[in-house]
Amino acid sequence: MTALLDLQSVSVSIGKVALLDGISLSVARGQILGLVGESGSGKSLTAMAAMGLLPLIGGRVTQGAVRFDGQDMAAMTEAERRKLRGGRIGFVTQNPMTALDPVQRIGEQVDVVSRLHLGLDRKAARARTLDLLTQLRIPEAAAVAEAWPHQLSGGMKQRIVIAMALAGEPDLIIADEPTTALDVTVQAQIIQILGNLVREKGVALMLITHDMGVVAQICDRVAVLYGGRLAEEGAVAPIFAAPAHPYTSALIGCIPQEGMAKGALRGIPGAVPSALAFPTGCRFHPRCDRASELCRSTVPPTDPRGDGRVACHHPGALA
Amino acid sequence: MIAPLRALTRPQGGIAGLWLILVIVAAVFAPLLTPYAYDIQNLPNAYQPASGAHWLGTDEFGRDLLTRLIYGARTSLSVSATAISISVLCGMVLGAAAAWFGGWLDRIVTMTVDLTWSFPEILIALILVAIIGPGTTGVMIAIAVAYLAQFTRLTRAQIMTLKGETFIEAARSLGAGNAHILFRHLLPNALAPVLVSAMLATGDAIILEATLGFFGLGAQPPVPSWGGMMSAGSALIFKAPWVIVFPGLAVAITVVAINLYGDALIAELDIRARLRRDA
Amino acid sequence: MLPWLVKRLLMLVPVFLAVSVVIFSILHFIPGDPIDNLLKIGSSPEARAEMEVRYGLDKPLPVQYGIWLGNVLQGDLGTAIVARRPVADLIAQALPHSLRLGGLALLFSTVVGVVLGVVAALNRDRWPDRAIMGGVLVGSTMPSFWLGLILILIFSVSLGWFPVSGARGWQSLVLPVLTIGLGGMALVARITRVSMIEASGRDFVTLLHAKGLSPLRIQLRHVLRHALIPVVTILALRIGWILGGAVTVEVVFARPGLGTLLIKSLSQHDYPVVQACLLMLAMAVMLGTLLGDILQALMDPRVRAALS
Repeated sequence: MTALLDLQSVSVSIGKVALLDGISLSVARGQILGLVGESGSGKSLTAMAAMGLLPLIGGRVTQGAVRFDGQDMAAMTEAERRKLRGGRIGFVTQNPMTALDPVQRIGEQVDVVSRLHLGLDRKAARARTLDLLTQLRIPEAAAVAEAWPHQLSGGMKQRIVIAMALAGEPDLIIADEPTTALDVTVQAQIIQILGNLVREKGVALMLITHDMGVVAQICDRVAVLYGGRLAEEGAVAPIFAAPAHPYTSALIGCIPQEGMAKGALRGIPGAVPSALAFPTGCRFHPRCDRASELCRSTVPPTDPRGDGRVACHHPGALA
Repeated sequence: MIAPLRALTRPQGGIAGLWLILVIVAAVFAPLLTPYAYDIQNLPNAYQPASGAHWLGTDEFGRDLLTRLIYGARTSLSVSATAISISVLCGMVLGAAAAWFGGWLDRIVTMTVDLTWSFPEILIALILVAIIGPGTTGVMIAIAVAYLAQFTRLTRAQIMTLKGETFIEAARSLGAGNAHILFRHLLPNALAPVLVSAMLATGDAIILEATLGFFGLGAQPPVPSWGGMMSAGSALIFKAPWVIVFPGLAVAITVVAINLYGDALIAELDIRARLRRDA
Repeated sequence: MLPWLVKRLLMLVPVFLAVSVVIFSILHFIPGDPIDNLLKIGSSPEARAEMEVRYGLDKPLPVQYGIWLGNVLQGDLGTAIVARRPVADLIAQALPHSLRLGGLALLFSTVVGVVLGVVAALNRDRWPDRAIMGGVLVGSTMPSFWLGLILILIFSVSLGWFPVSGARGWQSLVLPVLTIGLGGMALVARITRVSMIEASGRDFVTLLHAKGLSPLRIQLRHVLRHALIPVVTILALRIGWILGGAVTVEVVFARPGLGTLLIKSLSQHDYPVVQACLLMLAMAVMLGTLLGDILQALMDPRVRAALS
């Protein structure tokens, strides 16, 4: 399978602070990649890099290349990149409550995407918008299109954001924690909608989340980030069966299990390191029970493991 | 007292601060610095443009303009600063009382403040001077009242936000009384934003003082004030424009300097957010 | 929206009453008896008493207030003591001049201020931003009467482009409008810049970029729309300030208007005229805040929702 989005050892800095260090990952059409890590691990930054939106937050790619459909995004003109954004790459944001322009009607906010990227006129764009809203099971699509954002619930707004992401007929959708701000029941619906899109339309989906449960539920592959570096990457099933990186197994341990006592949610001890003071060697070593002198002094190399990769001096055995 | 000094090390704050120090020093030591008297007329010498003997020229009575400008700084700065000090003191008491005691007191204070706040200061001051009568005292009181609303509002907002914070709860649970909490905890913490905005308001007050002086309501002749000098100069605008140009420049540069130094101080104290919330 | 508007208008009634009490009572503290100015020196006490009865000054203050307010509500603003003409006539003569001046100054400061603010925000921390914000700071620190005189000096005296004073033709409006407008422009430019920078950082702007919209379109169609909401609100609140600026500038340019009338009547202790002028200014301020509220509701659907 050829990669649609391909990050080749990408490093990113904001100002003088290096935040991402040599991240390599790829997503193919019809595939769902889960990008996992605690907040501060660099997930959202990876998404911004993939869309070429780093300048917006004052960041830049210092090393490596972001390739979309074989083309180096750094070699494109800004106009070409803009054509990709909203067109071939759809984006679903973290917080639907603040994602929509509060002083523009819902319909117009969706229309603009297909007018811009598919060249539709006003009427055709609105027809497409209503069609998309109906596909996303939004009742009374026509009324919703005339509504203001503040009149909709969070789950409804997230569907609108998804509709906007779909309006340009994208090949890739990047969804940055699309469910964190929503109720649990709505979360399940949104995840289901995204999963169906991949199965039915064959788009590629990069799903950013901190919830390993979601990954197990719908993802094909998973990439685990820690402190701006890739910890482990591979197909979901083998990684869940036998995580190689201690951080991956800690994250899997955080999934609430049936029959667990209320409030018995496990967290990972210790805190996410600040980008201003990353630990030496393996950045996970202060929180790791397998840490050795080697981990403290030397950055672990990224080795192949199964069909994936892991960066750990003391990886767990394959199942 | 470190922050005001550190503000001087910023490029804009430094230049602005130097100008302010220069003006204040000149105002304080005016008699030592000026070779002429500000009030003795020398009619043959009238309407002289700038020269070696009179750096900024002379006015319609032949008095040295630079001398009068320096003495004028005395009047303008002292009247504005005193007025704002009175305003800050009263405003802090009113604002703190309103925020602390709440209820009808708060409602009355807030309503009065909102009402006066939407009226231009110049109108309030004009009417007050009309009541009290022209002269420095009248101007001082008028300016103080005109800016009262601003400081009451600001202090009240500061105290309202501080009131809910944990260290106040802690002090209260330790049995501290109203007065103790108010004077030992709340007011000191509200002080920095109020003082900085007082400084910026002093700049506005200098303009207001000059405007009242321009209407002939400020310091009465022969005592010079920047506004009074411009009032006299407006009649001479064709014959001796420098008489009005220099006092106006003095006002403008001083007020710009106050603003620039104030900005540096705000950045140094890191209180921009606290000031903007109440703007 | 309509019930809100009715309620909002009703709220103006107590404010108007409070303002009228303040205006009425403040003026009776002004020392100096206008009657003295009218009487010839050595007039008899009888003549004086007769004068007081004529102007209603013999009655107790609350009664005077009641009579005055009643008359005001019927459009009768009394008789000017010095000019010996109905105050309403004087106001009717002065008001259009002030409205024209204030309206044009408001228009000028809004349009130019917004444009400068947008240019500064789009070039944040680069030289156009620094130049504009520096100019704006200098512009807002000059006393308006001085600025007016300097403009006269440059454009009327040296260049001869505009008349020095008076109110004949559009040429006579240019310098006064500039003088008042520059201060307001500085305020508008500052608020526009700050709110645009603040709005650019919001979440929805990131999504607009992700939709592939061009940065200029995002700034002008979306960010600016948000930035204008606080600009309009603050401008409406500051309508009184613009009128205050008009007071001094009218005097400097020797233009007829409320300001000149107010200053003249203050120095002549002509109560009825001063009262009427202040009342007009107060009403302008009240209508300004009302207008601000309405505009805000028109511009922001969330505000509309909260109101109905």
